[in-house]
Amino acid sequence: MIGMRGKFFHMPDIELLPPDNRPSRDIAGKALALSGVSNLPAWAVIILIAGLIAAAVIVTNAEYTSILLILSSGIALTLYVTFFAYTLALIFGLVAGLMRVSRNPILYTIATLYVEVIRGIPLLVLILYFFFVIAPFLANSVPDQFAFVFRDEALEGIIALSVGYGAYLAEVYRAGIESIPRGQMEAARSLGMSYPSAMRYVILPQAIRTVLPPLGNDFISLLKDSALVSAISVKELTLWTRQRSANTFKPLEHWTIAAILYLVMTLGLSVVVRYLERRYAIPK
Amino acid sequence: MSNGSPIIRIENVHKRFGKLHALRGVSLNVERGQVLVIIGPSGSGKSTLLRCINGLEIPEEGRVTVDDIPVTHSAANINAVRAEVGIVFQQFNLFPHLTVLQNVTLSQQVVRKRTPVESQRIARELLSKVGIPEKAGAYPAQLSGGQQQRVAIARALAMNPKIMLFDEPTSALDPEMIKEVLDAMLVLAQEGMTMVVVSHEMGFARAAANRVIFMDEGTVVEDGAPEQMFTHARGERMKQFMSKILY
Repeated sequence: MIGMRGKFFHMPDIELLPPDNRPSRDIAGKALALSGVSNLPAWAVIILIAGLIAAAVIVTNAEYTSILLILSSGIALTLYVTFFAYTLALIFGLVAGLMRVSRNPILYTIATLYVEVIRGIPLLVLILYFFFVIAPFLANSVPDQFAFVFRDEALEGIIALSVGYGAYLAEVYRAGIESIPRGQMEAARSLGMSYPSAMRYVILPQAIRTVLPPLGNDFISLLKDSALVSAISVKELTLWTRQRSANTFKPLEHWTIAAILYLVMTLGLSVVVRYLERRYAIPK
Repeated sequence: MSNGSPIIRIENVHKRFGKLHALRGVSLNVERGQVLVIIGPSGSGKSTLLRCINGLEIPEEGRVTVDDIPVTHSAANINAVRAEVGIVFQQFNLFPHLTVLQNVTLSQQVVRKRTPVESQRIARELLSKVGIPEKAGAYPAQLSGGQQQRVAIARALAMNPKIMLFDEPTSALDPEMIKEVLDAMLVLAQEGMTMVVVSHEMGFARAAANRVIFMDEGTVVEDGAPEQMFTHARGERMKQFMSKILY
């Protein structure tokens, strides 16, 4: 692998080359040259250039512009589902993660069952199962004022997604907590802190910093997986695109715009995650 | 709470880790104001004994009593004991995500419920005492080992302990940083703090300790005043040990 990297991916150090010799014939070369002067990584420059080209095409083409405007209305629901599902998943995951590192065998067993069972079922099946089996049952068994939760497709989708992602996040939190040296808990307990206080003030602040990259990763994954709730007729970006493209017989234009819209959102999140990592980095 | 009774009482303590029998019937009393240095080869149970005093380890047999509070699995007892016993670790164990000042104020605010203003005042006093007031805003990773260990001492002192435990406090330090940590410990000893120190710093033992015990294979083998112990070791095992560590 190292040989491969060296052979195919070795790039000359741009800063060291005189300007005339800088590679500039192809896009990758241009990107590289730009990345040399702009401090951006080459891949970001490529995406930036491609994005600018795409934006230019969309803005100058009336048909693409109107498709973009129409499909954009699906974004609100996609973001609504994503943010609420992720917030809930963070809570479920934290609780389950803490139970997974607990010495209490009952808590540990419950959390482990949750993680193993949920993680082993495809998210789409989980969403459909919740929608067709669990939600109708709950809608009839909870008090009437809460029943609306189990009759609203978007809320059902949010719950199913968050339960599914909670299982993944539980493992992320657990890994983060276990990565903190034992001495930290011992020091905190020796200073008289209770176990919950030590977790809250000493262990979790460090563990969460450690797992910010995988947490961010799962946030981006969840945004993409929010497309799955189209299966239970939540008219988010994917289902909306599907309907529009079927009605207009223009799949290429519609799905291209949809893909670009997802990409813009995920790249935006990626930037936010990087910022958070830097913002909360422990000074060295 | 009479001044005559030992502040730490250890009676016939046994501790096992799986097959390893780390402590084999240790009995030891420590008087108020005593500075006790524990020496012995690695694996002799020194650190385990120390950790039994603040409940980081709970012995299977025997009794440990600190200031008349039995150290048992009871959470209330352990928290009460830990409030009176400070410990300094070989690896410092500072909280890396907090500044030096926050390291020293955190447990004051969380456990002692002191206000931020009061806890910061106390923290700054203690940082001056250990000689690094100017590092209050730094993070642990930005300090040298010696400085980190002195912060760890200040952090433990902030809880106003009656007893300070030191678990090989200078073993992870570069040679030129050992003295600054021992100096801080010597000041504490001179102020009358009850101290139990696991360390092979003979110079410190001579200057600060009024009692040295030698442990081997989970038992206390010799017990006496530092000079007498170092110059007239009676037992063969202690003589062997001394001949190995003294160059």
